[in-house]
Amino acid sequence: MTEILRVENLKKSYNGFLAVNGVSFSVQKGELKALIGPNGAGKSTCFNMLMGQLKPTAGEVFLDGERITGMAPRKVWRRGVGRTFQITGTYQSMSVVENVQMALISHHHRTFAILPRAWRLYRDEAMGFLDTVGMTDQADRPCSVLAYGDLKKLELAIALAHRPRLLLMDEPTAGMAPSARIDLMQLTADIVRDQGVSVLFTEHDMDVVFAHAHHIMVLNRGELIADGNAEQVRNNPHVQEVYLGGGTLFKEASHA
Amino acid sequence: MAFFLAQILTGLANAAALFLVASGLSLIFGVTRIVNFAHGSFYMLGAFVGVTLMDILPGHVGFWGAILLTGLAVGLIGAFVEIVVLRPVYRAPELFQLVATFGVILVIQDLALMIWGAEDRLGPRAPGLRGVWRIFGEPVPKYDIVLIAITPVILFALWYLITRTRMGTLVRAATQDREMVGALGVNQAWLFTGVFALGSALAGLGGALQLPKGGADLLMDFNIIGSVFVVVVIGGMGSLPGAFIAAVIISVLNVFGVAYLPQSTLVLMYVVMAVVLIVRPYGLLGREEVAGEHGQVGAPERPIRPYGARGRMVVIALLAALALLPLVADKFILTLMIDVIVFALFAASLHFILGSGGLVSFGHAAFFGGGAYAAALLVFHTDTPMELAFIAAPFAAGLLALGIGWFCIRLSGVYFAMLTLAFSQLVWSLAFQWRSVTRGDDGLVNIWPADWLNATAPFYYFTLAMGVGGILFLRHIIHAPFGYALRAGRDSPRQAEAMGINVKRVQFAAFAVAGAMAGLAGGIFVFSKGSVFPTELEIAASFDVLIVVFLGGVKTLAGGVVGAAFLTGVEDWLTRLEYWRLILGLLIIAVVIIAPEGIVGSLRTLWVRIRHIEEEEAK
Ligand SMILES: Nc1ncnc2c1ncn2[C@@H]1O[C@H](COP(=O)(O)OP(=O)(O)O)[C@@H](O)[C@H]1O
Ligand SMILES: [Mg+2]
Repeated sequence: MTEILRVENLKKSYNGFLAVNGVSFSVQKGELKALIGPNGAGKSTCFNMLMGQLKPTAGEVFLDGERITGMAPRKVWRRGVGRTFQITGTYQSMSVVENVQMALISHHHRTFAILPRAWRLYRDEAMGFLDTVGMTDQADRPCSVLAYGDLKKLELAIALAHRPRLLLMDEPTAGMAPSARIDLMQLTADIVRDQGVSVLFTEHDMDVVFAHAHHIMVLNRGELIADGNAEQVRNNPHVQEVYLGGGTLFKEASHA
Repeated sequence: MAFFLAQILTGLANAAALFLVASGLSLIFGVTRIVNFAHGSFYMLGAFVGVTLMDILPGHVGFWGAILLTGLAVGLIGAFVEIVVLRPVYRAPELFQLVATFGVILVIQDLALMIWGAEDRLGPRAPGLRGVWRIFGEPVPKYDIVLIAITPVILFALWYLITRTRMGTLVRAATQDREMVGALGVNQAWLFTGVFALGSALAGLGGALQLPKGGADLLMDFNIIGSVFVVVVIGGMGSLPGAFIAAVIISVLNVFGVAYLPQSTLVLMYVVMAVVLIVRPYGLLGREEVAGEHGQVGAPERPIRPYGARGRMVVIALLAALALLPLVADKFILTLMIDVIVFALFAASLHFILGSGGLVSFGHAAFFGGGAYAAALLVFHTDTPMELAFIAAPFAAGLLALGIGWFCIRLSGVYFAMLTLAFSQLVWSLAFQWRSVTRGDDGLVNIWPADWLNATAPFYYFTLAMGVGGILFLRHIIHAPFGYALRAGRDSPRQAEAMGINVKRVQFAAFAVAGAMAGLAGGIFVFSKGSVFPTELEIAASFDVLIVVFLGGVKTLAGGVVGAAFLTGVEDWLTRLEYWRLILGLLIIAVVIIAPEGIVGSLRTLWVRIRHIEEEEAK
């Protein structure tokens, strides 16, 4: 296998506080990899540095061999990285399908077009992505009336719209009912298998993580303390120390 | 050398009032995040109240006592305004508060007119400080020296208040983190009132202190607001030392400008501002601001749709009625309708960036007036045929918008608003002071349309075609991918950027389009009136169009057009009343507080409710 993403010695300091402190790892093509860790471990900060929402204090990020450190999010997106956010940020004033269409319009470089009617463009294609996440019946509802879980699914459909090579999902199932979580991760696993997308995700629900992730990394206080398959991570004494204190690793995790 | 020193001293003396007013504005913004456009009005009130008190109170004690009492009185008025007008709208988006303060400006203007009359008042000389002192042989008014001595004292007193007292601690906490004040167990509402009163008192003091050098008149409010905003923007919003440094820079520069470049005093100030902002976008001592929420309160905006069959019928019927109007209407009505259409296009262009883009521009008149001036200058100086000059209007305004937008789009929220305002003032000052080209306030006259349009009915049809064409063009863009991208950047810039959309570039392009369309309106305007004056570029002109969009409803696509039609329609009737500003001001404040969705938004809500009731009954 070859690697799609490589991260070297990534650091982020907020006024001297090292939220991420020298993290190095890689994600292989076609892999579904989890990044777990207690609240405040630095997972979101890490994600934000991968796609350029935040500039790293130090370290490098390579996408398929190309250096993308500190590159603007929209440029990283053009290179085939999609992402969902811990706090969803869909367009409230558009309908569900228009949110996906917007991504397609951008993907086809038609952001500045002033002649066509936007809602006619790529509608069928957008419906296809909504179908993937099972939301076609809500296509024409205003985005502002969606339930939280549906917003998360919509975000996934949006992120899939430009057929990314790598998908970053920050807490994709937070705030969902347990059964819905399993469904969404199963869906993600199917996408990884069928479309060859690589996925890096953070997650609080350990059932979800151990059921679906090929590899798991554990972040604690900005440092990576484990990186391996489920068995290796479970048996890692350092991880047990971090998690078993709270006793949450193998049970239902609380999420925030 | 001595002359040089005397100039600097005069500048420093002028800085006193400017600093007082600017520090008040900066303080209010720092704590409440409200950009108080009515701040110039408190300055004006200070001058009038001061003059009145000085008439009553005699002697040394009377003079200085009157100044202090004025500060107190204006502070109380400020507290009243804050409690009645601003308290209900703190949680609303920025635009609401700004518009509410416009309302206050209008109300205070008419109240001042009622109480003090239209006559300008000359300020009394300060007792015992009438003459001059000679410094290296140069005469310097004694009162100037006193002012120079007072300013640092006031700065120090404010600094002491902010850094050494409990109120100051709270103010600083509130400036840095608004939630924290609540956590400290402080009644935030009263802290805001207190700060607003203090800021107003400072403005009032400034108005009273400048009396011996100036006086009191009804134009003071708008006259100072430009400089005050420049000072606050250069110094950094919310920074007192910044306001002090900037007030000194601007005042000293102004004095030298008067001495060496008398035609460019106003321009100079804005040039300095532009230079500072290129280097430091948040001012000399300002900090980066996270922009607040935009748009209007109420339910989230719904997805836009072009009109259905019924809506289209209404629009077509309306257009048909407009097209047939010259058959029945007289010249007066047609002229009024030309005004309505011009203003509707102007408002639609602002609505485009404000509603869809969330960009609250305070200087949109620069493009309307810019287009008008471009066409007028071509006709006036080079005898360009009307048709060509007219086409030049939107292009010139679009270019101007590209230039101004390049600076402004980098910022957002209040900073964006302030900067657009300052740039529009720069354009205004050019038109006002570059007399050899623009003829200053004599304006450019005899700018008439070509022969084939030089009658009311043909020009009406020309206006109808251009105006409606422009409005439909903007509507079309809103429904096109570009308009969607603009709304995406407003709804969630983070998501838009993570979707390959260059939000700033989209906004930049939209700003230019809006500028060009405003310029088109300006082009029609100048040929309909036959002349153009700097008043078309004034702050008040920018405010008018903002108010119109706001009254119509930001969240509804038709808001700008309906608001413009409504206001131009009632304007003719309204301005015949003596105190129409008072009525309009109160109306604006009422809309802000009671019907924040605007005319179209409220009507739609009402319509939806009626339909709902009907459906219920049908069941
Ligand atoms: N903008 C910020 N400024 C200062 N500290 C921050 C900022 N964002 C996050 N942090 C801190 O960095 C740490 C990591 O946060 P985050 O990456 O959100 O963790 P996670 O996603 O793992 O819960 C936390 O301690 C958080 O308080
Ligand atoms: Mg997180």
